[in-house]
Amino acid sequence: MSEAPPVDLPVIDVRGLTKRFGGRTVVDNVDLAVMRGRICGFLGPNGSGKTTTLRMICGLLIPDAGEGRVLGCDIRRERAAIKARVGYMTQKFGLFGDLTIAENLEFFARVHGLDRRAERVAEALERLGLATRSDQLAGKLSGGWKQRLALAACVLHEPEILLLDEPTAGVDPQARREFWDHIHDLAAGGMTVLVSTHYMDEAERCHEIAYIAYGRMLARGTIDEVIAASHLHALQGEGAGADRLAAEIEKRPGVAMAAPFGAAIHVCGPDMAALQAAVAPWADRIAWREARPSLEDVFIHLMRGAEDHSVVAA
Amino acid sequence: MMWQRILAMIFKEIRQMTRDPGTVGMMLAMPLVQLMIFGFAINNDPRRLPMAIEVNDTSVFARSIDAALRNTTYFRVTRIVGAPGEGERLLKRGDVQFVVTIPVDFGRDLVRGERPQLLVTADATDPAATGNALSAIDQAVAGALSHDLIGPLAARAQGPSPVDLVIHRSYNPEGITSHNTVPGLLAVVLSMTMVMLTALSVTREVEQGTMENLLATPLRPFEVMVGKIVPYLFIGVVQMAVILLAAHFVFHVPFAGSIGLTLASTLLFMVTSLALGFTLSTIAGSQLQAMQMSFFYMLPSILLSGFAFPYRGMPRWAQWGAEVLPTTHFIRLVRGIMLKGWTLGDALPHLAVLVLMLVVLGTVAVRRYQDTVA
Repeated sequence: MSEAPPVDLPVIDVRGLTKRFGGRTVVDNVDLAVMRGRICGFLGPNGSGKTTTLRMICGLLIPDAGEGRVLGCDIRRERAAIKARVGYMTQKFGLFGDLTIAENLEFFARVHGLDRRAERVAEALERLGLATRSDQLAGKLSGGWKQRLALAACVLHEPEILLLDEPTAGVDPQARREFWDHIHDLAAGGMTVLVSTHYMDEAERCHEIAYIAYGRMLARGTIDEVIAASHLHALQGEGAGADRLAAEIEKRPGVAMAAPFGAAIHVCGPDMAALQAAVAPWADRIAWREARPSLEDVFIHLMRGAEDHSVVAA
Repeated sequence: MMWQRILAMIFKEIRQMTRDPGTVGMMLAMPLVQLMIFGFAINNDPRRLPMAIEVNDTSVFARSIDAALRNTTYFRVTRIVGAPGEGERLLKRGDVQFVVTIPVDFGRDLVRGERPQLLVTADATDPAATGNALSAIDQAVAGALSHDLIGPLAARAQGPSPVDLVIHRSYNPEGITSHNTVPGLLAVVLSMTMVMLTALSVTREVEQGTMENLLATPLRPFEVMVGKIVPYLFIGVVQMAVILLAAHFVFHVPFAGSIGLTLASTLLFMVTSLALGFTLSTIAGSQLQAMQMSFFYMLPSILLSGFAFPYRGMPRWAQWGAEVLPTTHFIRLVRGIMLKGWTLGDALPHLAVLVLMLVVLGTVAVRRYQDTVA
């Protein structure tokens, strides 16, 4: 097993990752670097290659092209070592529904060859707040509890990297909030987290984000960096009927997109002067003020700009 | 309106069927396979059964009997042996189904009218396979000799048969069917559970999404395989114990061979079947397909292996088909050891085939079962 890299080197460092299924390039030349203890949000539309990228990072898939190191281990040749030091939570609940909560945890403790098994399982149950229900079958749990249990199972072996594939899909806001608090606790303890999500509010809880669409990495960095790099400007308009103007304004030159926001309208485009000119006809009844483009603006803009390269002839 | 709704269902079902060509193929192939097996392969009146003649007398009569037996459709004389005891060895190994022993001075005694003995030994482990042939042998011998008993010897052809035909049903003298069926059942029950259970258990993990979690841990494919196989081995051992105890205490099946050899062969067969189940699971996309594949494997395992119908009654192509089934070899092993008292030496060829199958299936299973998804 390779030594852990020095603190100033990224723990996830992959370059040019490419994966094809049949004639379809699902992940196309993706670079990603994440430093220790950081929470990186992995965003992108459905089917953009997030899951495939996560699987290549944790050793479940071998890339067709590209290379990289995870915790200093080669993602092609040292997959077993990576698997031992990485926790991966699948999108679909993947624990054994016909085993109890405690039995599931015990299984993963054994598989990872952990010492003090009973103790660790008891601790995990305590943390989860499931100590009194440890004999309940995992399959009978509600969505939020399943998600908590799955997280507990994949951090049981104290991995250095945690990969989470849309962990909060279908979970209520309260459980989501607790989940994210837990993730931040883990990161504070030195764990590196790469989490895929569709939720913009979750993206904003991350230290940095990576945006992928049609298998290509379109943006990387902190939220401010990503917004700045997009060169988008935004205007917020308020006034009678502002929310009904979106379709009309979007057709104007210089407007990338317009969307109603409650009673207001949010308009953005690459050039502020052009944007102001575009909304000028409505200046009499709607008050326009400069606004900060949202992450959503940036992502939708990026996605519209990117072509779908994913289908190539086999 | 009702018809529209029903049509909607019909179209949906047909579309879904075409998305699963394996199932449709299986449904169409099944009747063809059954037609082939039941229509052509199975024959309850097997003919051209292999026979050895142990000749201890060189008179013209011995040659006539030889020729007459060759001419019956029931027998196919494959070996002529001279050494005493050689015929019995061939019978035990299963190389021949019958041995006709022509004793010393057979010709002289026949001419003298002393009604010499003609010993026919049959491998009666499967009573169904030998019954008709044995009733044909009497007439064949009498017919053969009547050609030779001419002139002054014509009187010998009259009256009672000129020879004393002694028929000896070896290994199952009373012709009890269960003595043959119960050991065979061990093979059928084990292959059914071992193959199906493993095939289903692996595809279930894939279907339920737990496999991805297993593969994301340091568990290696080989470890998953062994871990899955061992509990089923215990089930197999219990099944074996139940059948063997019932064979002994309920059906009173003779147990001529060594128990140790029986257990060792059964264990080998179980592991081979588990490896086969594992291989199927790496091909099947769903539990339903795994179930169908197991069923498709069981059909010939019951019908062609010699369990339900005599192996020697089947045409050559069906026999070759049976040879590639582990069940066929295990049925021979367990019948050989229990009924014929096979020793390790007798069992070795079939054990070797099972080991070969295990190596091939195990390699295929491990190679196909990757530690990556998709």
